[in-house]
Amino acid sequence: MSLLDRHVGFVHALREAGLPVSLAEGLDAARALEVIDLTERESLRAAYAATLVKRPSHRPGFDTLFDLWFPASTTGLRPSHEAEPDLETAELPELRDRLAGLLLGAEGMNEFARAMVERFGRQAASPGRQNWFSYSVMRALSPETLMARLLAEVLAGQERGGLAEKVARQRIGENTRRFEEAVSRDVRRRIAEDSGIERIARSSVRPPLEQLDFLRITKADLARLRREVHPLARRLAARLTVKHRLGHRGRLDFRRTVRASLSSGGVPLTTFNRPRRPHKPELVVLCDTSDSVAAFAHFTLLLTYALREQFTKVRAFGFVDTVDEITRFFVPGADVAEAMTRLVKEADMVRFGRTNYGHALERFAERYGDAIGPKTSLLILGDARSNYQPPALETLKRLTRDARHAYWLNPEPTSQWDTGDSVATAYGGVVPMYECRNVTQLAAFIEELA
Amino acid sequence: MWFASPADASERLSAVDYLSDDSIATSVFLAGALGKPLLAEGPAGVGKTQLAKAVAAATGAKLVRLQCYEGLDEARALYEWNYKKQLLRIQAGQDESWDATHDDIFTEEFLLERPLLAAIRSRTPVVLLIDETDKADVEVEGLLLEILSDYQVTIPELGTITAVRKPYVVLTSNATRELSEALKRRCLYLHLEYPTPERERDIVLAQVPTITAALAEQLARTVATMRALELKKAPSIAETIDWANTLIALGRTELDEAAIGATLGVVLKHASDQTRARKELAL
Repeated sequence: MSLLDRHVGFVHALREAGLPVSLAEGLDAARALEVIDLTERESLRAAYAATLVKRPSHRPGFDTLFDLWFPASTTGLRPSHEAEPDLETAELPELRDRLAGLLLGAEGMNEFARAMVERFGRQAASPGRQNWFSYSVMRALSPETLMARLLAEVLAGQERGGLAEKVARQRIGENTRRFEEAVSRDVRRRIAEDSGIERIARSSVRPPLEQLDFLRITKADLARLRREVHPLARRLAARLTVKHRLGHRGRLDFRRTVRASLSSGGVPLTTFNRPRRPHKPELVVLCDTSDSVAAFAHFTLLLTYALREQFTKVRAFGFVDTVDEITRFFVPGADVAEAMTRLVKEADMVRFGRTNYGHALERFAERYGDAIGPKTSLLILGDARSNYQPPALETLKRLTRDARHAYWLNPEPTSQWDTGDSVATAYGGVVPMYECRNVTQLAAFIEELA
Repeated sequence: MWFASPADASERLSAVDYLSDDSIATSVFLAGALGKPLLAEGPAGVGKTQLAKAVAAATGAKLVRLQCYEGLDEARALYEWNYKKQLLRIQAGQDESWDATHDDIFTEEFLLERPLLAAIRSRTPVVLLIDETDKADVEVEGLLLEILSDYQVTIPELGTITAVRKPYVVLTSNATRELSEALKRRCLYLHLEYPTPERERDIVLAQVPTITAALAEQLARTVATMRALELKKAPSIAETIDWANTLIALGRTELDEAAIGATLGVVLKHASDQTRARKELAL
């Protein structure tokens, strides 16, 4: 493959993975290739990144693809291993010793990962074919079980539980993650060598954070998302202010118009309008906190709270099969992660533990009906899966009628509405229902709302 | 040519106490070699503005800075006619014909240069720093497009002024709003993140020469641990350096629980973040 083919193939793969790489940017990258030293792999990576990747959330996908299209050279690079065990024949305890050293910050992580994949990652799939797996490497070496030993080594008699332990834990955890990454990178490279880059490229790039499906989110992703809440809220707020400023002008400012007309002999040549009063709705959020949609509900709640200034007042209610007010967990300055754990532990939202929209709606109307007034926007978050219980449509109709606006955000894809116990269309007939599967859709909705 | 290679860029930046890594050095080199503006984005206090200053210092170029803010307009960013002086000129030459006056009052003498025009017209090498681009209004981005892609400015009365030497342009942004695609497309993009503990230790050592290596190491590791917590605002490099200076001023040589507890306000600036750190780090 010539350099040009490889460049074109790489750019194409990036586009396929959802990175918006324009023609001009592709040309810039090609121009950059002319001026840098192509044998320096890291500066090649940096050159591509600088010209093609213009959003931090696209960077992980870019790195994965880069490693596939421009793999590190594995031949001729044999660093001096004299003092170390021979990686191909050494016993497991020896290898774990070496790994322990690496987790404490020794050099040579990538070479080690490569050798370990060679030894433990191979599994025969069918005669003459082989498959590569990272979990078998992890199982053989099990780096997590080294933590206790390493901590004892690092702390060397210092008391446990203190700051020193935290710092050491963080460092070892970070290095373990790096090792795992190095292993899966090498596994991907080997699969690509066996069966072609395109095949593996398609399956190994995860969508960027803002396009991750709420319902398939992992715990680690949720933590990463939570970190994004404040920056996202700030960006949204900035855009909303701009929108308000640019928005249609309000009513005629009579006083200013008459005053200006004095200079033209009483003829109002130019008219002046009052700036429009910003629309700040009162927001009542009613959200399903059952496990199936918890990630979605949590994130959306956090975001509405981070955007508090955009609303006059925000009240939040959570339900599984009965309903409780959860506003108190989101006082200004409260700790995000803690609010979530307290919410689950302390709020009274569960009776029998099976989601029941009908009962929750009725209880809400009964206990907190006065929360909804003519200035309120009612926002319902949930998948409308009610375990075949009566949906209480009449109650919802009444609530909707009392509110100024009502919206329903459903984290399921539209194609799955009305399947199984979902009553999406029935509810959707009363309250306009929107599909809201990822951060991008959520941001677009909030922008429209405020 | 601004830099000969990424390695050269890295070396000359570190000579002015700016420690780079692979991606910084390559982007800085490419911005010079391709003649494209460099857009540095990242959280506050990771050294975006400092990068532009370091490039200027390393290459011996003059630094021209345009600080963006809400309401920044053409007259503040590009150029303005010196209206008062023009009035005086008109009054002084009362018996002149209109044409002569007209030709005279729209000349160099009455032009007030603002940063963008100054950078374009400079005959000596210039690093143009457009700071906090995200704070400016969307219209300013439109204004920047012509300047950043062709390095030229059009003044109706004088014609188009093209750069004598292409300035080295650095734009910084805190990502409080997304910059437009058109602007991003014209720039090289550099995302500056919090550094690895090793690099941060070296930065602290370079910026605070009186600190001991052991304390710098401890500082960098502790700050890395804090960043791993879920905080509203993670401590930045600038805050790590402040912290190092604080510890030196207090005469501390060891970063233990007591020292951290007493100086936590230097690195964490939200009450909720402090509470969280105290709990998680068992201070």
